[in-house]
Amino acid sequence: MSGYSVTEPSKRQKWFAGLLVITYALVTLMPLLWIIATGFKSPEDAISYPPKVLFEPSLEGYVNLFTTRTRITEGMKEGLQPPANWYEQIVRDSGTVIAGPSRYGQRFLNSVIIGFGSTFLAIFFGTLAAYAFSRFKVPLKDDLLFFILSTRMMPPIAVAIPMFLMFRQLGLNDTHLGMILLYTAVNLSLSVWLLKGFIDEIPLEYEEAALIDGYTRFQAFYKVVLPQAATGIASTAIFCLIFAWNEYAFAVLLTSGSAQTAPPFIPTIIGVGGQDWPAVAAGATIFLIPVMIFTILLRKHLLRGITFGAVRK
Amino acid sequence: MAEVSLHNISKSFGDQVALAAVDMTVPDGSFVVLLGPTGAGKTTTLRLISGLDKPDSGQILINGQDVANQTPAQRNVAMVFQQYSLYPHLSVRQNLAFPLKSPILRTPEDEIIRKVAEVAEVLQISHKLDNKATELSGGEMQRVSIGRALVRNPQIYLMDEPLSSLDAKLRSDLRVELKRIQASLGATMLYVTHDQIEAMTMATHVGVLDHGRLVQFGPPREIYEAPVSIYAASRLGSPKINILPANLFPGAPQGAAQIGLRPEHIRIGDGQEAQVLRVEHLGDQTRLHLRFGAVDLITLTDAHTELAKGDTLKIAPQSALYFDANGDRI
Repeated sequence: MSGYSVTEPSKRQKWFAGLLVITYALVTLMPLLWIIATGFKSPEDAISYPPKVLFEPSLEGYVNLFTTRTRITEGMKEGLQPPANWYEQIVRDSGTVIAGPSRYGQRFLNSVIIGFGSTFLAIFFGTLAAYAFSRFKVPLKDDLLFFILSTRMMPPIAVAIPMFLMFRQLGLNDTHLGMILLYTAVNLSLSVWLLKGFIDEIPLEYEEAALIDGYTRFQAFYKVVLPQAATGIASTAIFCLIFAWNEYAFAVLLTSGSAQTAPPFIPTIIGVGGQDWPAVAAGATIFLIPVMIFTILLRKHLLRGITFGAVRK
Repeated sequence: MAEVSLHNISKSFGDQVALAAVDMTVPDGSFVVLLGPTGAGKTTTLRLISGLDKPDSGQILINGQDVANQTPAQRNVAMVFQQYSLYPHLSVRQNLAFPLKSPILRTPEDEIIRKVAEVAEVLQISHKLDNKATELSGGEMQRVSIGRALVRNPQIYLMDEPLSSLDAKLRSDLRVELKRIQASLGATMLYVTHDQIEAMTMATHVGVLDHGRLVQFGPPREIYEAPVSIYAASRLGSPKINILPANLFPGAPQGAAQIGLRPEHIRIGDGQEAQVLRVEHLGDQTRLHLRFGAVDLITLTDAHTELAKGDTLKIAPQSALYFDANGDRI
């Protein structure tokens, strides 16, 4: 059997490859599936031993995620109006009443603003810097590029204390702007390096042709380089978003209230009335969705090959 | 249309001298072909005129105006690159329209449609207009690339081996077409090629470059018949000119070290004996590879020759070119 056959793989090879991919997918997706399933369990099912694979689905986790509740006694229950809707019913069944909305929605919104905001800035500045590094004679280019990369050589959290002090001095503690700037700064090294690689791959001839065709340098960049860098920009954006979206340590340290993102908030849900694992799992599940949608939207660009063939080498 | 003058232009890339003190004037409406092997400075000349590169020293004038501080867009030149760099994210139609849509031209939409259709017709790519640029064959890409220059009405056309990757039929069609377009527009054209037929049939002037120096500039017939050196003589002619020791034949002038004989400048029938090594029937002519004393040479004879390998015949030089020890013509 030749391992490097360029011909169509045989049926058995395809079958084997399929099995391999499915196995890998199951292994990697298992924790994800478990979290999603836990979100729909009742608190008792969530901590039952042995773990329940089949269970009666419940929205209690999701209701708990979005509400704060107060425990009531049997006696108080009788004095109350009947529950007005399905989620009040769920809450009432577990012996509590809704005291108000939780802060999850707002924390989630913070994550969206900070995650996408910093991704946009990291890509915007990253693309400009990468283009300049790729095309222009920048003095000390190699040193600068190394310096940019070196900011990634230690874990970002190693500078947490200076960062904290700096933020306090500048009044950036617990602000959206502060977190956007921070994540942009951390992501820039990644985006400059990744994008420089992609832009290096785009032959200079295209821009030269555009210059001759009557366009300025910036128009050539905008009309010719950017569309061809779309693949690189899309994949870089996904990496940047995933980092900013999932970042936990800085978020714990530098945000506490109005700018707090979802990652530091989700664990705090657990404290409300016992160990509410379904609510935590529900929070994690919803938290996954934006990155998933973003990745699926950009998937087309990720899969599309780089521009082959239009320049004769 | 415009006249282009290069005054004392020099350009180096690191240690590599690309052009050394080149003086050249491309007259308005002329078709100038630059000849020379790879590295002679042909492409560099085009890039300097286009404004993509800046000369280290010297002056470039377009219509008498110094263009040192003008961008490529301001110089209003069209260029066909050796790498026919079509924009891969655009369709053929969009590629052709791209220069017309530039902020400098801002052509109205109906005008764009008309011009693109016209050029596509000439280049025989009308049926491919809606293809993506990456879905074309090499020859089609090159035609689109030429088309992108032809849709405009620039001061100068710069073409860097535009026909090199086309098949023979298309190449000869386009050769005629390009020449026709150039002549009818009265366009000034600077053209790089290795192809001697292109040089001879299209050019009004030929410039011969040798290691960045312009060694000869003149009409193609002059370059062919009165080359200044062995180097210039070798640039034109197929089969190549025979360069032989001057003392092989009687009558060499004083100081001559080598004699240059174009294949058609060898008279068959009298003189000294030579032996036929090989006969190549090309249809319209026949090439004879001869062994003459210790040297080999190539000559032409009529298409229906009876000569065969091993035959002997007598040859004598006719309108020979003589060169001194440095390779300069005497």
